[in-house]
Amino acid sequence: MQLSASFIRAVNLNHRGHYVHWGVIQISVANLVVILLMIAIFGAAILLPFPGRRRK
Amino acid sequence: MATVISLGRRRVSHRQSDRDYEPWSGPKRQYDLVKEFTVALVVVTLLTIVLAAFLSSPDEKAVTIGRWATAAPNDFIATAATELDGTSGSATYGAPYTHDKSAAQKIGPFAPQNWPGVTTPIDSAQDFVLRPLQGAAGAADLKGALATWADASADQQQKWAAAYDAAIANTADNDPAKVAAGDYGPVPVMLNHLLTLAQSGGLDGALLAQGRFYQTDYTKPLLFIADGSYLENLADGQHLGGDQWGMMNETGNYPGQAWLWLYTFWYQVKPFSTSGNGDALVWGVMALLSAVFVLVPFIPGLRLVPKLIPVYRLIWRRYYREFEPRTDM
Amino acid sequence: MSVDLEEHGGASWTAWVRRRALRSFPPDQLLPDSQPVYVASWTYVFGVATLSAFLVVLGSGGVLALRGPAWWHGSSVGHFVNSMHLWSVELFMGFMVIHLWGKFFMAAWRGRRAMTWITGAVSFLASVGAAFTGYLTQQNFASQWIATQAKDGLNSVGIGAYFNVLDFGQMLMWHIVLLPLAVGVLVVVHVLLVRRHGVVPPLPLPPSTAHAVESQDRGNRD
Repeated sequence: MQLSASFIRAVNLNHRGHYVHWGVIQISVANLVVILLMIAIFGAAILLPFPGRRRK
Repeated sequence: MATVISLGRRRVSHRQSDRDYEPWSGPKRQYDLVKEFTVALVVVTLLTIVLAAFLSSPDEKAVTIGRWATAAPNDFIATAATELDGTSGSATYGAPYTHDKSAAQKIGPFAPQNWPGVTTPIDSAQDFVLRPLQGAAGAADLKGALATWADASADQQQKWAAAYDAAIANTADNDPAKVAAGDYGPVPVMLNHLLTLAQSGGLDGALLAQGRFYQTDYTKPLLFIADGSYLENLADGQHLGGDQWGMMNETGNYPGQAWLWLYTFWYQVKPFSTSGNGDALVWGVMALLSAVFVLVPFIPGLRLVPKLIPVYRLIWRRYYREFEPRTDM
Repeated sequence: MSVDLEEHGGASWTAWVRRRALRSFPPDQLLPDSQPVYVASWTYVFGVATLSAFLVVLGSGGVLALRGPAWWHGSSVGHFVNSMHLWSVELFMGFMVIHLWGKFFMAAWRGRRAMTWITGAVSFLASVGAAFTGYLTQQNFASQWIATQAKDGLNSVGIGAYFNVLDFGQMLMWHIVLLPLAVGVLVVVHVLLVRRHGVVPPLPLPPSTAHAVESQDRGNRD
């Protein structure tokens, strides 16, 4: 069973990495995406209304 | 009024702490924990399957000593020469590999590197050059070279090895073929045979097995490879080097270990980046910061930050809006 | 004629454990079907999300264990399971850190909940260690580089003398036995502490703001 055959793998991440340089900071685009996603998710979690008013 | 508030503050904060501790007696809402957990588990499992199916995972093949010796024979021989004359990284490391106490890193006056002593003894000349060659000796010139080596005094062995090491370093690209004429004894023959052994794959097995059948400890092959430049050059090409924030990174375009950002940060800045004690100093700093992290509830100032940066007003805004807000008095 | 152990302060260890457990965790506190009204924010889901990801990490790791540490290099099914293990770890660490951010800004250690914070923080550190040993035991180029680099930090403070990152066998056993056990125990204690002390109540609003919210609320009431 070819579960990870190339027709499933939409994004090939095995190419040479891309990096962002900013002063002393060097960060991979992949890591930057992860960190920005985490911050966005945290922000969304704080701001989005939580459903339900089932008082007991 | 202001005086009453300030006089009352100590008692107030103690009462608030009691209120925070007491079981909640206010209004409640239905909350299905088991359903929440089930939904979370299903969602996370599906998310994992999707990520795995679409993005896969990296698997750069390991570097064998055979591959190193074939791709970079000059670097291999230069490294083997430093193992033989005791100037390689492993040979001059200190604890836990060798007995040189002066090689240890220090934190202030302390050298914790020395405290456990030598627990993984390495004799670089024997382990990486002589023993593998003795196991492989078949060719007549190798037998002769090894015999010449064994018959010589330790002083003479060191002279030959050091001279050859220096001669290689003097060539344009560590090329043994361009080494100037000199008295190197049996060393060139020995190292050439070591190269042949390595290129055939035999040295991988010899360094790992160490005369045993079962083995799971890769200390010797890894130390030997890491003493050369080939592995490091490959790593630098993948942005994994220590001065490239490499600890956070992964091969290719994959996300790495973003949580190591603070640990690797110190290696990019002085004094850590230029100090011979860099590793120990960074460990000291991170141990301290980890202790601070664990003990946040007890650290004055730090434990006030949530009140000073009032994200809580957003998190609980519905509660504050709909129910009696707590007062401080 | 049965002996009333409660009355006689019986010598049974079993009864003692049962009494202590029930006192600390009455069933409707261990598995409540209600929460205080202030538990109404998406920030509260990251604890259970972290726990779920941890279970997927354990599960995918368990499947990898079925065929051994070299399986995934030669099998596409194995490689897929390895990918699940990697991404569940990324989700685990991501959710855990977001959970940590939320708990920090809620000052969730209040009301004698310091141990909840401490067990959580130590779980984080143990998880970093577990992930580290995982990277070491991939048996590929990354493992080689990570091992030969990490040894310097650990050796410099004497830890490397006992915890040899170049020893695949040792690192594998730490990764699949000792560290998952440590993280698991810490997480269980952490969750039990939350059940024991309840979810931390909201920080009190500063007085001037409290009055402002009150009068605004009075004005807004229908």
